[in-house]
Amino acid sequence: MILGFCPKALLAGGLVATLSATGALADTVKWGAPRDIVSLDPYSYGDSYTINFLNHIYEGLVRFNRDLEIEPGLAESWEIVSPTTWRFKLREGVEFHNGNPFTAEDVLASLQRVSDETSPLKGNLPAYKSAEVVDEYTIDIELTGPYPLLLNDLTNILIFDKNWLVENNAEKPTDVSAGVEGFATFNTNGTGPFRLESRTPEAQTILIANTDWWDEPAHNLTRIEFQPVTSAATRVAAILSGEVDFIDSVPVQDLPRLQAAPNLKVLERTDLRTVMLGFNRRDELVAGGENPMNDLRVRQAMQMAVDMDLIRDKVMRGKSRNAGTLVAPAIPGYSEVLDEVVGVDVERAKGLLAEAGYADGFEFDFICTNESYVNEEQFCQAIASMWSRIGLEPRLDIGPNAKQTPKRANGQADVYTIGWATLPMLDTYSILIQMLHSKQGNAGVFNWGGWSYPDIDRLTQAAGVELDREKRLAMETEALRIAKEEIVMMPLHQQPMAWAASSDFEDFPQFPDNKPRLWYVTR
Amino acid sequence: MLAFLIKRSANAIFVMLSVSFIAFMIFRFVGDPVELMLNEQATQTQRDELRTRLGLDESFIKQFGTFVTNAAQGDFGISFRNQQDVLGMISERFPATFELVIVATLISLVVGIPMGVITAIRRQTWYAETMQFTSIIGVSLPSFVVGIGLILIFSVWLGWLPAFGRGETVDIGWWSTGLLTHSGRMSIILPALSLSLFQVTLVMRLVRAEMLEVLRSDFIKFARARGVPARVIHFRHALRNCLMPVVTMTAMQIGGLIAFALVTETVFQWPGMGLLFIQAVTFVDVPIMAAYLCIVALIFVLLNTIVDITYAVIDPRLRGAEK
Repeated sequence: MILGFCPKALLAGGLVATLSATGALADTVKWGAPRDIVSLDPYSYGDSYTINFLNHIYEGLVRFNRDLEIEPGLAESWEIVSPTTWRFKLREGVEFHNGNPFTAEDVLASLQRVSDETSPLKGNLPAYKSAEVVDEYTIDIELTGPYPLLLNDLTNILIFDKNWLVENNAEKPTDVSAGVEGFATFNTNGTGPFRLESRTPEAQTILIANTDWWDEPAHNLTRIEFQPVTSAATRVAAILSGEVDFIDSVPVQDLPRLQAAPNLKVLERTDLRTVMLGFNRRDELVAGGENPMNDLRVRQAMQMAVDMDLIRDKVMRGKSRNAGTLVAPAIPGYSEVLDEVVGVDVERAKGLLAEAGYADGFEFDFICTNESYVNEEQFCQAIASMWSRIGLEPRLDIGPNAKQTPKRANGQADVYTIGWATLPMLDTYSILIQMLHSKQGNAGVFNWGGWSYPDIDRLTQAAGVELDREKRLAMETEALRIAKEEIVMMPLHQQPMAWAASSDFEDFPQFPDNKPRLWYVTR
Repeated sequence: MLAFLIKRSANAIFVMLSVSFIAFMIFRFVGDPVELMLNEQATQTQRDELRTRLGLDESFIKQFGTFVTNAAQGDFGISFRNQQDVLGMISERFPATFELVIVATLISLVVGIPMGVITAIRRQTWYAETMQFTSIIGVSLPSFVVGIGLILIFSVWLGWLPAFGRGETVDIGWWSTGLLTHSGRMSIILPALSLSLFQVTLVMRLVRAEMLEVLRSDFIKFARARGVPARVIHFRHALRNCLMPVVTMTAMQIGGLIAFALVTETVFQWPGMGLLFIQAVTFVDVPIMAAYLCIVALIFVLLNTIVDITYAVIDPRLRGAEK
């Protein structure tokens, strides 16, 4: 399996067969991943890392191209028949890996499976109502209302083969509460550029190129060996010793070491994910007592007290990008005007606090995790001490994500960290509807502070049914402007992301959503 | 003897129940699996529905009761995250952990026993003192530091051994072994070494203490007086009399090694039970955590019971004490 780790043994031990195989495996990517995929079933768990990996095997009706723009995938074209009905013309002559032809029935079966009551991915297709097969290569998708972002959502809905699902009794997603395993958890049958050869959980998942792929491959790989290496130090060691030739999630502190290695290239950029702070906006603080953070001046003071330049240079080793607004530049709805960073001004911050009647500061709970974002523990500590400078008394509470999330979600936090990449939608609408909107019905699931801004709600709802892209984006930007003015959330930065790959690769595009798409890789 | 066995089994069942009860209490503080199972776009209603379907909104006692009833029938459910049969996932990974532990135990015996003998019979020499001193490192360095150090030296600098994984494996029935392939054998060296370091020290110190004790006894003096060569006295007569406690301790420690292999497994990406458990904790995968703790407890209980029974068989006085 692992070649080249032991050159002496190869020469002395005479593993001739292995040695000669090296030539044939020249187009292999040995991928050292920070974690294993959870399942081979793309509808099993709301986990974008798994879905992206499975995107090598399965495809959606539409897909993101190299510039993260939507382009036709299994659908050749589409049109909006009525505000709530979209008609998709499917690509003809596409075959699944088992040879079954791809038709509209497959799309219908997949949509039904993903929107089933027990599907954890139901939320990925919020506007879906029903679908109807028009003919073998045409399907109509009926929505609950006018909805402009259907294509964005469909990039993540990977298409199954209906006959294969039926034969293997897997038309419904696996229901964890029923306690029965599903066939699709262990087997695949997609239309994608790679097909599954074998999988040993936690050890290795091997893909080989699908030579019958309908599209002209942009890659020249024959094989992908996906190996999770959870410990970051081991992962770095593995690429330095040549056991793997691509790793994602390189720790920031190891970048200089990898850059110094002659046979490696380091790919780094800032992530789409904007890390921000949210405020408790209920009447009382968690520990009781009146909540000063409902006063805009207090929030302004808290923002002015934090020196993001210092955090960037010291904590993030110069790799982060300070943010003035809640979405990254690549996200539709972003505006450069809004992205101006609020400067640090300790004296004014103190003045504002005094004006609001809190010259002596106040105590509050500051909830952070130690694993969700790059160097989160350190920047939380830095922010806490910067707040102490203006007389505030944050009680910093750092813990694992699984433990902190319920606290944040149940209003047990006065200030908390959260990152939002707008994935898988890749549009400002995602943060508006999920986080900034008041908590009503299906909206505002991540409105953990309990705020309500009728103007933002109104703009969000209007954007959610506006089919004209320009008008929609203008409304989204306006909502972001209100959010900035009111400091609904306090943006911190876009965090750095880094990959490292062997310098043998000719082309290894890095995507800002931190998803390796190896079907663009050549070596 | 029958009464003894029944009593031991009752004890074992009580221990198992207590462990699962404590484990279940801990899970309530680990976090909320539902928040992690659904993605960013799931609505509040969907979250609540899932919670209800999984029975997480039930009372603690009811959840525990359901768990025990199912577990007693060998049904631990399926993983929240991987949607696979929990017992299957654990038994699939058990061989990896078991082989690692056995190899580590062998290393600790093969290295530890001679070192113990040498430090006992060559007291005051510089090399015995050095061994004594360096063995402190074995107990005082945390195993992840040792692991990373070994990787740095043998994988990155020297390039002799793989830094992670289990290499190629061969399936014999349901048991997958890495010991029959070259890459598998190369892969097990570093993790086994790093896991065994603590054991080596333990075995060495135990053998040394026992040896010093035995060397003072009369039969050794007689052997010396009779002119038996020193090598034979030390390794045949003295060492044999030291081995009983060493064997007992080693057997008991296997349970501990299985439980504590999880740090080593994480560092070396060894696809064993510990790695599975660590990942389950990160994602609050309650079925896996519960099953893992029960199985590890079972291993401990079984090993202890076997040791107790063996003692009782060997020493009739212990059997008598039970009456």
